[in-house]
Amino acid sequence: MAPAVEVNEYPSEPLRCWDQAKNLRRDYYEDYLRAHEKGGLRWAGGAWSFSSVPAGLGEDVYCITGEPYGATIAFFKDFAAKCHDATEAAGFPRTLCAYMRNYWGSILLDKYLLTDGTVVDGYPPPDFIWQDHICCSHGKWYQLVKWLEQKRGKDVPMYCVDVSVGYPSDFAAEEDYKVDYIIGQLNDGIEWLEKTTGRKYNDSLLCDAVWNEMNATSLWAEVCALNKAVPAPLDEKTMYSLYVMGTLMKHRPECVAFYRTLRDEVQDRVKRGIAAVSTERFRVITDTQPPWGFLKIFREMEKYGAVSVGSLYTFGLIGMWQYLPDGTWIPKPMPPKKPQTREEALQAIVRWTLHKPEWAHFYQPELKTKMMESIVKQWNVNAVLLHYNRGCEGLSVHIAENRLGLMKEGIPVFPFEGNMGDERDFDLTGTMARLTAFFESMGLKKLKE
Amino acid sequence: MITAGVDVGAKFAKVVILKDGQVIARAKALVGFDLLKSATVVFETALKDAGLSRGDIQRVVATGMGRNIVVQKPPISAEEAVSEVVSAAAGAFHVIPTARTVIDVGAEEGRGIKVEGGKVRDFVINERCAAGAGTFIEAMARALEVKVEDMGPLALKSVNTIPMNAQCCVFAESEVVSLIHSKISKEDVSKAIHDAIAGRISSMVLRVGVEKDVVLIGGVALDPGFKPPLEKELKASVVIPGYPEYVSALGAAVIAANPAR
Repeated sequence: MAPAVEVNEYPSEPLRCWDQAKNLRRDYYEDYLRAHEKGGLRWAGGAWSFSSVPAGLGEDVYCITGEPYGATIAFFKDFAAKCHDATEAAGFPRTLCAYMRNYWGSILLDKYLLTDGTVVDGYPPPDFIWQDHICCSHGKWYQLVKWLEQKRGKDVPMYCVDVSVGYPSDFAAEEDYKVDYIIGQLNDGIEWLEKTTGRKYNDSLLCDAVWNEMNATSLWAEVCALNKAVPAPLDEKTMYSLYVMGTLMKHRPECVAFYRTLRDEVQDRVKRGIAAVSTERFRVITDTQPPWGFLKIFREMEKYGAVSVGSLYTFGLIGMWQYLPDGTWIPKPMPPKKPQTREEALQAIVRWTLHKPEWAHFYQPELKTKMMESIVKQWNVNAVLLHYNRGCEGLSVHIAENRLGLMKEGIPVFPFEGNMGDERDFDLTGTMARLTAFFESMGLKKLKE
Repeated sequence: MITAGVDVGAKFAKVVILKDGQVIARAKALVGFDLLKSATVVFETALKDAGLSRGDIQRVVATGMGRNIVVQKPPISAEEAVSEVVSAAAGAFHVIPTARTVIDVGAEEGRGIKVEGGKVRDFVINERCAAGAGTFIEAMARALEVKVEDMGPLALKSVNTIPMNAQCCVFAESEVVSLIHSKISKEDVSKAIHDAIAGRISSMVLRVGVEKDVVLIGGVALDPGFKPPLEKELKASVVIPGYPEYVSALGAAVIAANPAR
């Protein structure tokens, strides 16, 4: 605890669209819960799944994406602890994906969590599962959901798309064989959706949803790119509450409209020099999902004037970027023309999705390090905080290699152990003590309590 | 210039008083539940030994896990607190200017610090278990029913290698009990314990890289059984300065003398 250091403060103000974000997220979870009351359908799957495709079944089709739901549970630590107990009592080890265990726990407890922490009796089962097998857990995750629902007397059909084709090896184009492999599965999937739900598939709705998804993910990248400004108009803790819309409903018009409003507001903040953290003087990025139950670490960082301006995760999970051979990142430009047919829509969305920078986590650790290095350069970052996230094997794989790669480039790195969804793996006091030591080693002193 | 460093550690409070770069007094005592009271007793002992009063000390810097308790609180009224990593680096550099790797093993934590010119370049700290710290040796001494200060000399008498897990203090204790029941000698068990902690600390230190000179500080540096297995694991010689348990407090006093660092 050093005596307070005086620094020049930037002007700061709350986001005007904050309440809109909160309401959108609240409505999303309630829409899923009440879908049947409106005669609609419910589906479940991961945040990376091709959510535009089930959109062709109608405008009354509501989904719940697994990772954000697991993260919401993690934020409410009491409910999360009950979910962990339930999954462990059912025989699942605590080394498995923490989101997955939170999600299963909610089913096992037969309780559904809303965004304000309200726990509703009766977990609403999906009418079908539409999933992507992106990591070692995702396909199995929903096989178990199907099995758990079967035990509750509900047969939930499941379709899983294999997307394990990697990030495009060429910067300019995606390999056609990879694209065709996925499109073939999506075409089969559309037939399966029709057969499973008894609904006639509407290609025009598919085209709208694909166009929405491309717009939403490009807009989010634009928002993130604006954070290159000094002072940063957004801090990462706030960005978590904003990027989440893309993980829930990237294919929906509400998402596009919200991101457009947000982009305009952030542009205005940059123009007026409005800071997310008024005392900004040291910029960091993080990596992988944060420990959701302990987001206060970001507020603690601010006491040193340190602000996290984002991460490959926050930028690239939903944001779609053009990563140029010279290392420059630009928001991926929209194609000139909206798709008009099923074939065009599937081509467009598969090629688009294969550019998701987050694939590098799974397939190309060296490329991931390079991407992080370019973020450090372009976003004027001073140091990288690496979360050795025990709750996510998919995104944590290779993270120690990333540390070595970044350090080789002279970038200060602070690794800390934790878990995005299971508080038992996170030591708040210890982490804060280490972070303090790290900031001190960077020459920072505490600004205020 | 006269400055003081106060290290409020997990087990001991240590104070060093520095005058123009030279140590003129040092004192230590076990900390009790009341950290401020314990630190104050040690601070006043050091002042008395130096023949000084608080008013003679231009700046006091605190470090250690209990450092914030003495900041701006009389009678110590430390002007600033710094983390153990920063003070350990500064102290080690002060006593051994060629230090590039500092290994600080205290009661509660083990730390590996890469140092350049007394500044921290990288560091690593053991996570969530005392198996990489002095408390581990204490707990194992209790299991062996020997005094903690006898653990090192006992280990040095052994020439056998018995593998032991030091990933968890509690499990390690049961392992020690099993070894005792298997009629393994206390010398061999003590060596196994030192080998295990050295293995744990060295694997941690290797994460930041080992560059010469390697300096070992902290209370565990006083244990003669620890240095040989640590050198073996690190494949490097380890230098232990005089009064190794005071090096962090010394670093805090050095930092106090350089407020514009």
